[in-house]
Amino acid sequence: MENSARRNIDFSTIMVRMIGYGFIGLFALCCLLPFVLILSSSLTSESAIMESGFSLWPKEFSTFAYEIVFKNPRLVIGSYMVTMIITVVGTAIGLFIVAMTGYALQRQDFLYRNKISFYIYFTTLFSGGLVPFYLLITQYLHLKDNYLAVLLPGLLSPFLIIMMKAFVKSIPHEITESAKMDGAGDFTIFLRIILPMTTPALATIGLFIALGYWNEWYNSMLFLSPNMEYRPLQLFLYNVITSADFIRNSAASANVTPQDIPLESMKMATAIVATGPVILFYPFVQKYFIQGITVGAVKG
Amino acid sequence: MKTVTVQSHQAPIVKTKIKDTLFKRLWNNRTLLIMCLPAIIFFAVFAYLPMPGLYLAFVNFDYSLGIFKSAFVGFDNFRFLVMTGDLWKLTFNTIAYNIAFIILGNILQIAVAIMLNELRNKWFKKISQTLMFLPHFISAVLVGLLAYNILSYDYGILNSFLKMIGMDPVETYSNPAIWPYIIVITFLWQSTGYGSIVYFAAIMGLDKSILEAAEIDGANAFQRIRYIIIPYLKPTFIILLLFSLGGVLKGNFGLFYNLVGANNTMLYPTTDIIETYVFRTLMTNFNFSLGSAVSLYQSILGLFIVLTANWIVKKVSPENSLF
Repeated sequence: MENSARRNIDFSTIMVRMIGYGFIGLFALCCLLPFVLILSSSLTSESAIMESGFSLWPKEFSTFAYEIVFKNPRLVIGSYMVTMIITVVGTAIGLFIVAMTGYALQRQDFLYRNKISFYIYFTTLFSGGLVPFYLLITQYLHLKDNYLAVLLPGLLSPFLIIMMKAFVKSIPHEITESAKMDGAGDFTIFLRIILPMTTPALATIGLFIALGYWNEWYNSMLFLSPNMEYRPLQLFLYNVITSADFIRNSAASANVTPQDIPLESMKMATAIVATGPVILFYPFVQKYFIQGITVGAVKG
Repeated sequence: MKTVTVQSHQAPIVKTKIKDTLFKRLWNNRTLLIMCLPAIIFFAVFAYLPMPGLYLAFVNFDYSLGIFKSAFVGFDNFRFLVMTGDLWKLTFNTIAYNIAFIILGNILQIAVAIMLNELRNKWFKKISQTLMFLPHFISAVLVGLLAYNILSYDYGILNSFLKMIGMDPVETYSNPAIWPYIIVITFLWQSTGYGSIVYFAAIMGLDKSILEAAEIDGANAFQRIRYIIIPYLKPTFIILLLFSLGGVLKGNFGLFYNLVGANNTMLYPTTDIIETYVFRTLMTNFNFSLGSAVSLYQSILGLFIVLTANWIVKKVSPENSLF
């Protein structure tokens, strides 16, 4: 009896699984191949690219592009330093503020929590748009060509504060209550009790902020002018991709005649150098990103 | 008469009482208030302070005079945008792209989540999930470069392939008709894996005994998906749909700008959205007033759409409404 039932089900289940393995496998492959393409192009000689274009496997293997990138590594290293400092400092400050605000706004006995929550949430509904924001940063705060123009606007977002609120919600209110009974102040409770209890949440939110800084190019492009020597990594990559002159200038001190500079493969090599480390790092932390979107979606 | 005297007697007392308690309330909440202060200042500076700047939309901006001393021109900027047809074109492009993103995106996310749920090989599942999330974590700049590797006329792998099978290469970067497909496919490529997590998590929450009971009753795998899993995902789908419809007038600047390129005017008819247009008014045409007029229009219409979407969510499922 059980056997026959199982056999009946098996056929359709096998069908569904075959479709599933095929579809998912194909889709995963589509997600991977563009990266393989860039890696392969970065390791292909420029003449092979000129002749037969980019390919998934180097037609003529060459590390020349990397040699030029690393012969004069000052600009790349400078970009890495700028981005790392902005990411570390911004994430530390931003995470602290997001956690503190999220906790305060989740306290049921905080009289102004609804008003402040709405004050923060409203900024997602209505905004002044790009032009007034640009004038504010450049004309009023005078942050043109200042790394603070990249660091400050990325510190917090309503989305992250809402996420923190959702995380804090899972901590029973009695814990705050009993600590208060024992005479602990609100800030002490936050620092000594809430922060240690929410480490997974902090990791998630911290990673969201850090990823935002690492991939940031928009504010950099708006507020940092091309004559700045060290620019954030993504802006550096953007300049390499879009401007042949920029590549020539940055390779000038590498003692290569301008005609010999492998423009196409250098774009790819720079992309690999600029993003490779993060891509290798990310599988180890992806569970935190999964947690983030699940919590965020539950709360809306 | 009597009540009036009573009121005039009591009014001052009540007033001082309110003052007392208001101050006391602030004092009692002082630590929590101070804890919120950095965030309050942040949003005041970076979100609220620029808002009055939208007054730019009603002036003919003169850099030397500043925003509030420039000549007031009323609705002239809006009239210009309507007359040139720009406003209609931008609104249409922005909304059409977003609706394609939302509908196709959610369908694909649901499909991926359902199929992931059917897979049994742990390793296959883990590796394919990691690969599918990958595009979500890279910068818009890199997305632009990846697309260039495939689409470039001279070196792109698409044209290499077309030449290999004996077809003529296509001029991708000067052919506006194919760009809606390119942009939508790139968006789906980038967001499907990560977006499917929400639906996958929802399926995990489904009571497994229901599926087992259906199996015993003779439902095959297709029927279990069709009659149990898909109906189970419907509320999640509707809520996510309505939320994203609220943002239907907001564009993904990074995606469009990096895919299309900074000055590719040939592609504007099919790829120009509100964000890219405003960006150009600021960085290339220096017409600050026109850019602000588009932003103001976007913000007000956007607010109206969010309020409508929220009103509908409230009817469908009150516990999920935003406010």
